[in-house]
Amino acid sequence: MRQARQDSRRARDFEAFVAGAGGRLLHAATLLTGERPGAAPAAERLLTAALARTYASWDRLRGEDPYACARQELAAAFAHGAWRHRAPRGGLLGGLPPRERLVLVLRLYEGVAEEQVAAALGLPVERVRALCVGACATLRSRPPTAAPVRRSPSRTGTAAGTRAGAA
Amino acid sequence: MSAPDRKQAEVRRMLERDPAPVPTDLAARAVAAGARRSRRRHALRAVLWVLLCVAVVVFAVWALSVEPWVARPDRTSPSYGW
Repeated sequence: MRQARQDSRRARDFEAFVAGAGGRLLHAATLLTGERPGAAPAAERLLTAALARTYASWDRLRGEDPYACARQELAAAFAHGAWRHRAPRGGLLGGLPPRERLVLVLRLYEGVAEEQVAAALGLPVERVRALCVGACATLRSRPPTAAPVRRSPSRTGTAAGTRAGAA
Repeated sequence: MSAPDRKQAEVRRMLERDPAPVPTDLAARAVAAGARRSRRRHALRAVLWVLLCVAVVVFAVWALSVEPWVARPDRTSPSYGW
């Protein structure tokens, strides 16, 4: 009885959290998987898995920020299966390699400090900075308003490849 | 504002553009999967505890019956008088 009440309170708290933070997290996940906003099944799957882990450890958060926990889970889930998201899918960051997407989203979209990103990804801080600068340059070199062409993934792939090689 | 800051701000604006609506059942799905996950983890932990208890009991019974700390008398008696 007590257990059931506790479960329902936890579920209510969690649902309130998702109602508030879900939009931002889903947008971050969509940027990570390189899908188009509004048609992002992989991002939804990724986010559902990350939120499920957050929910499972909800009672052990103890004053920790649940948003930071969910973001951490999302980044870990993406880094773990990054090879699945390598192909461009028409989203804004579709042309970037997965690691650059992750650094860019954590640094600029989420505003996480360089040191924290470096610690989370197990990279030196200078490398994180270089990845971020490189990703910014690639993103700005493309016309931001032009919709990415679906039929030519090889072109964006080559461009990203040469840029990554030069970096 | 320095040039790199301006570039970063521009990219930040690009990243913020057109957010999609969140599916209504996202929280419910996450709750279901999370609850399943923590149930599974609890079950696994319970199984490990039971295994540990069984191991302790088995060891205690064996130790009390065999008493390996007692030195056994030699099987062959020493031969004197040769």
